[in-house]
Amino acid sequence: MDTEPGPAPRATRLAAGQVIDGFRLDEHLHQGGMANLWAVTRVGGDDPLPLIMKVPRIKGGEDPTSIVGFEVEQMILPSLSGPHVPKFVAKGDFTGQPFIVMERLAGDSLRKRFDDAPLPADEVARLGARIATALHDLHRQHVVHLDVKPSNIMFRADGTAVLVDFGLSRHDFLPDLLDEEFELPMGTGPYMSPEQVQFIRNDPRSDLFALGVLLYHLLSGERPFGAPTSVRGLRQRLYQDPLPPLAWRPDCPPWLQELVLRCLEVQPDLRHQSAAQLAFDLQNPAQVVLTERATRRTRSGRVQTLRRWFKALGAEPAERGNAAHQAARSPILLAAVDVANADPGLLEEVRDTVQRLLHTEPGARLACLTVMKVNRIGMDELVDKDGGSRHVGLLVQLKHWARPLLQELEATRPEQAGRVTFHVLEAPDAAGAIVDYARKNQVDHVVMGARSSGGLRRYLGSVSAEVVAQSDCTVTVVRSLLRPSP
Amino acid sequence: MKLALVTDLHANREAVEAVLGHAHAQGAQRFVFLGDYVGYGADPGWVVDTLRRYLDEGAIAVKGNHDAAAVQGAQPTMVADAREVVAWTHGQLDAEQLALLDRLPLSVRDGDCLYVHANAYAPTGWGYVTSRLDAVRSMHATDARLTFCGHVHEPLLFHLSGTGKVGDFTPVPGVPIPLSAQRQWLVIPGSAGQPRDGNPAACYASFDTVSGELTYHRVPYDHEAASAKVRAAGLPERIAQRLIDGH
Repeated sequence: MDTEPGPAPRATRLAAGQVIDGFRLDEHLHQGGMANLWAVTRVGGDDPLPLIMKVPRIKGGEDPTSIVGFEVEQMILPSLSGPHVPKFVAKGDFTGQPFIVMERLAGDSLRKRFDDAPLPADEVARLGARIATALHDLHRQHVVHLDVKPSNIMFRADGTAVLVDFGLSRHDFLPDLLDEEFELPMGTGPYMSPEQVQFIRNDPRSDLFALGVLLYHLLSGERPFGAPTSVRGLRQRLYQDPLPPLAWRPDCPPWLQELVLRCLEVQPDLRHQSAAQLAFDLQNPAQVVLTERATRRTRSGRVQTLRRWFKALGAEPAERGNAAHQAARSPILLAAVDVANADPGLLEEVRDTVQRLLHTEPGARLACLTVMKVNRIGMDELVDKDGGSRHVGLLVQLKHWARPLLQELEATRPEQAGRVTFHVLEAPDAAGAIVDYARKNQVDHVVMGARSSGGLRRYLGSVSAEVVAQSDCTVTVVRSLLRPSP
Repeated sequence: MKLALVTDLHANREAVEAVLGHAHAQGAQRFVFLGDYVGYGADPGWVVDTLRRYLDEGAIAVKGNHDAAAVQGAQPTMVADAREVVAWTHGQLDAEQLALLDRLPLSVRDGDCLYVHANAYAPTGWGYVTSRLDAVRSMHATDARLTFCGHVHEPLLFHLSGTGKVGDFTPVPGVPIPLSAQRQWLVIPGSAGQPRDGNPAACYASFDTVSGELTYHRVPYDHEAASAKVRAAGLPERIAQRLIDGH
């Protein structure tokens, strides 16, 4: 406040041992196109985390991309929290030495793994689910990343994906400094979504497109749209669909091709509507509804491509709302139903409640789940055989319970397919299994019934009370209004 | 230092009390008033006395067009509604209160902040900053990195980069916006006493000079009581209704 802003100082050459704003530079780790990374320690401090300092490279003092990108990251990173982003520590602006200090993540970015592509399909799915989970967390914090690519993805020791580099990102509630700055589409050529090519910067589904490019590459060893450098080259993805992964490797599971090609749809409305829904499918392959995408072996013929090209010529992308809104509009509902034991009246009331929620949330997906109680210790063969048929029996009952919902949703129509999935979990503890499942699949809302009989509840304890107490998400507990006769 | 930026109070006691209470609770250490203390509302005397108290405690205040008009009295060139309001307001204020309004500066420069009611290029012309073009004109007219102004009743934020690219942003209440040091910013907190963006809650902004974070606020207040007082004072019905609709 007291100092007049002077001319922006040139970034001077930094050297190990130098101290900037109380941080000592220990080791030069990386020189990127936009920034240098240094391992640093706080002088006289004892930070619990290892730290890294990012210093922008300013080429000749006049480089709007790196300056504005750095401004954007300085604005957005401090607003983010949680395990899927590096923890922000400090920043310095361009009146002195510009920098950002943040948590240093151990290990390499996903970039290294690309040298080994094609990777086994199950590993691709596992990586995809982790990255999608991280993206959903980011979207819920009102941010679209807009530069999802291997070098911007790191992993914690437990496998949690961490997104880095928010220089091209957009926050729903902060000014978009990049919006007016450049006349060229912003992003990384191979990964940019069609709407990003058309200057749309507020659709979280753009990140799913980029994730699709990344998964395609890991799966096939090839880039779906090459690495174009011209705007004309970038626009090609508006009308030319990629060669299906099956064309590169015949062992690609159809469900995984289905998911990857769905990510790469030109229209965001045809992709998954939230990153959580994509993560859900990547973790539940058996539930993926296969369409014509799953078995495609060639790209579209010339006539169809030409037709798309004409369409793309005059196409104006629709303006989207914002990141968190899109994620909230596409929730995952979990109906936890004790089909084998619950009172029929209660089962009906749970179904009615679910139906009302699906009506108010047209973008919602529904996972129907029941828990098959098994012994805490491993089962012997006899029980296993019996267990197998019990499992199938429960699945049949669960689907029967959900039938009216499916009819209501017209889930047999292809565009509705995949909106409802069925799961029988085998676990000794029903509440624990439901809570775990909800957390792993980023469920937004659990609906379940409460045991109506006081005596039984006292004796067995209340599953719903435990789910309410332990869940991270909203839980609706449905109680039957019909009292059982004494 | 935590600044509270309050503008276009418009003699609305209920709104001003709510805003000042909110700002104190948020830890505001210095108050900056961006003009238009009177006009439209039913309590010009109370608002001017409150302003005097804050000035005595070190607040900054600049003059608005309504303040200049109240001092001057009704002019034949004004439209009927305005002439009526100005004449009524002038009659409500004593000589001392009018003198205080008359003494207010048109703009105040404090470090890299400029405080002015309408714009930086012609403070007495009372031209509105409603577009990017107006904002650029104002930001080009000053070397202050931050311009805070009122006059426009809707909360808005403009920014100008070193390469001459301008952007605008409609702020979201309660979300701190870090104002990066490498560009110019023009901040319009929105009207405390007569909001016009469809939301009747009072507007103001706070700015932390250490962290560089700007936060826009919306403070609900008893706008029905304020509106009833306008009606009871015999002022035009349209002005009373405006407080209810927030338009």
